[in-house]
Amino acid sequence: MVSPIDSLEAPGEPPIPTGVPVAQIQGRSPWYLAWLRLRRNKVALVCAAVFVLIVLFCLAAPLWAEHVAHTGPNENHITDTVMIDGQETDVVAPDGTPLGPGLHGKFLLGADQNGRDVMVRLMYGGRTSIYVGLAAALVTTILAVIVALLAGYYRGWIDAVLSRTMDIIWAFPVLLLGIALGTTLSIGGLKAGPIQIAGDSLWIPILIIGLVYVPYVARPIRGEILALREKEFIEAAVAQGKGPLRIMFSELMPNIVSTVVVFFTLNIANNMLLESALSFLGAGVRPPNASWGTMISDGYQVIFTAPHLTVVPGLMIVATVLSLNVFGDGLRDAMDPRAKIRLEH
Amino acid sequence: MARFVARRLLGMTAVLFAISVIVFLIFNVIPNSDPAARIAGKNADPALIARVNADLGLDKPLPVQYLTMMKQIFTGQLTSYAKDRNVVQQIWEGVPATFSLCIGAAVLWMSLAILFGYLSAVHAGRFADRALTILSLVGISMPVFWLAAMLLYFLSFKVELFPTGSYVPLTESPGDWAYHLILPWFTLAVLFVGIYSRVLRSNMLDAMNEDYVRTARAKGLSERQVRIRHVLRNSMIPVITLFGLDFGMVVGGGAILTETVYNLDGVGLYAGEAIRSLDLPPLMAVVMFGAFFIVFFNTIVDILYAVLDPRIRLGEAAPA
Repeated sequence: MVSPIDSLEAPGEPPIPTGVPVAQIQGRSPWYLAWLRLRRNKVALVCAAVFVLIVLFCLAAPLWAEHVAHTGPNENHITDTVMIDGQETDVVAPDGTPLGPGLHGKFLLGADQNGRDVMVRLMYGGRTSIYVGLAAALVTTILAVIVALLAGYYRGWIDAVLSRTMDIIWAFPVLLLGIALGTTLSIGGLKAGPIQIAGDSLWIPILIIGLVYVPYVARPIRGEILALREKEFIEAAVAQGKGPLRIMFSELMPNIVSTVVVFFTLNIANNMLLESALSFLGAGVRPPNASWGTMISDGYQVIFTAPHLTVVPGLMIVATVLSLNVFGDGLRDAMDPRAKIRLEH
Repeated sequence: MARFVARRLLGMTAVLFAISVIVFLIFNVIPNSDPAARIAGKNADPALIARVNADLGLDKPLPVQYLTMMKQIFTGQLTSYAKDRNVVQQIWEGVPATFSLCIGAAVLWMSLAILFGYLSAVHAGRFADRALTILSLVGISMPVFWLAAMLLYFLSFKVELFPTGSYVPLTESPGDWAYHLILPWFTLAVLFVGIYSRVLRSNMLDAMNEDYVRTARAKGLSERQVRIRHVLRNSMIPVITLFGLDFGMVVGGGAILTETVYNLDGVGLYAGEAIRSLDLPPLMAVVMFGAFFIVFFNTIVDILYAVLDPRIRLGEAAPA
């Protein structure tokens, strides 16, 4: 059987349907075509499923904490003992070595130096990591689209100012800029007029990560807008007397949506990596919030005696970021078969 | 050509100036706290704070402070707030370790990326291609510091194949120098091998359908000669652009995670310490150092492009 996509890609005039009911040859939207292409990419779909499972796993944190582990993510159990195989075992041994992973409801993945349940922390930490990654990707996308629309539509001095600003952010070492902002903002928080953010708020890493990646997304989108701007349909819209805002949102936006969606997916992956790096260096997520990055940072202190504290959250980061990267790649192939979209690193 | 280079250098200076102002503002305006009070300690009396302020020139208006700091950077007299040591000299001491790490890693990542990208493109769609694609995707999805920690734990601690970090100067013992740097080189290279081999693969696949490739085949070159001399060579241009930018990025702060985990006393490790003690002068100098390399390599890439492709420099030189 010829799949719908094959018949669509066939060159030349489509065969004139004879005796076929009209309902069968109705038009298909670009989104539906993209879905048809994506549906054939099984690896990408599996990765999307993995990501959804990881998100569900993290969302289930309170359930696990309450019904299985009976402890919270920040509760210490340094002096506690648990029954393992009928033996009473210290959660944290007298020499400071915490309990390793094992098949027990409490401390399924062992404990950390403070006797905190690693499984519970992993689930709560994942919430933070994914939340920061998603929220920062939203910040990046919104800012980048606004910058690209303004620069690409107005061109001239507005483009010059915005592009030079982007160049300056681009010339910063991303990590150093992130650390510098993360460290200074955590001292006194952010106080800019009506906006007040506390120093240990999650919004500080979110805004920083969101900001440093803006040029990487804005540049390629601006390029697309500049090209679209020359097209006849924009000229037609101008001739009809449409205002700049309407042209930007109802004419230009729909044409960049597929690029934006792909960037958004890959951006979440990059953001999660940057969040973990900043948290590892102490300039990202602040206690009492746990994230996979801060868990590695804490665990790395005792890597030689308790490697599971570093291995487990790292594997979660790799699984999440990898699934997003593969899915994002598949999404790009599906939405843009000629592969114009490339995220610059 | 001279005009093009001059324009680029002028632009580079302007970007560096803007960056220095931004870093200065980040550390002077955002923290909402008095640096002198931080330096003087927890229970300092007002007189001590006033003296610290006067000593460091923190009582002067911001533009004056900025100018003093820049003057000190360029005359090499900048001293840190926290440790009272010469910043420029400290960065200078970190340069050998950072450059050893970055240059070695760059050689490794370029060779592996070319090899993997080439093999992937030649065997496109077959097992080798799929395996290499998965490998490179895993490579770009791994936190660098976590990879470093894993290699340290499994290869230095469990198996004791490699030393557990620290830097040995090349002049002291070339053998030990390389032995201590193998893991850091590999760690830093993984991400870029992943990115570059994928870029090279897709460029090579595009190039294989070009007319000049058909011409090369038609004139009787072997498939291997066509691939290496024509396809690979032409596909290298975007990779080299990326390389220029990334190398600058890695020298200018990108290596901070690798240096921290392997405890290599380079510029990145120094910056990490300065950040933890909120020491503005070293950070200012390191960010300037990093930004300089990024902007510098950016400019070199632009100029090289103009040399290779006259259309670019003519386009730039034409009156707007």
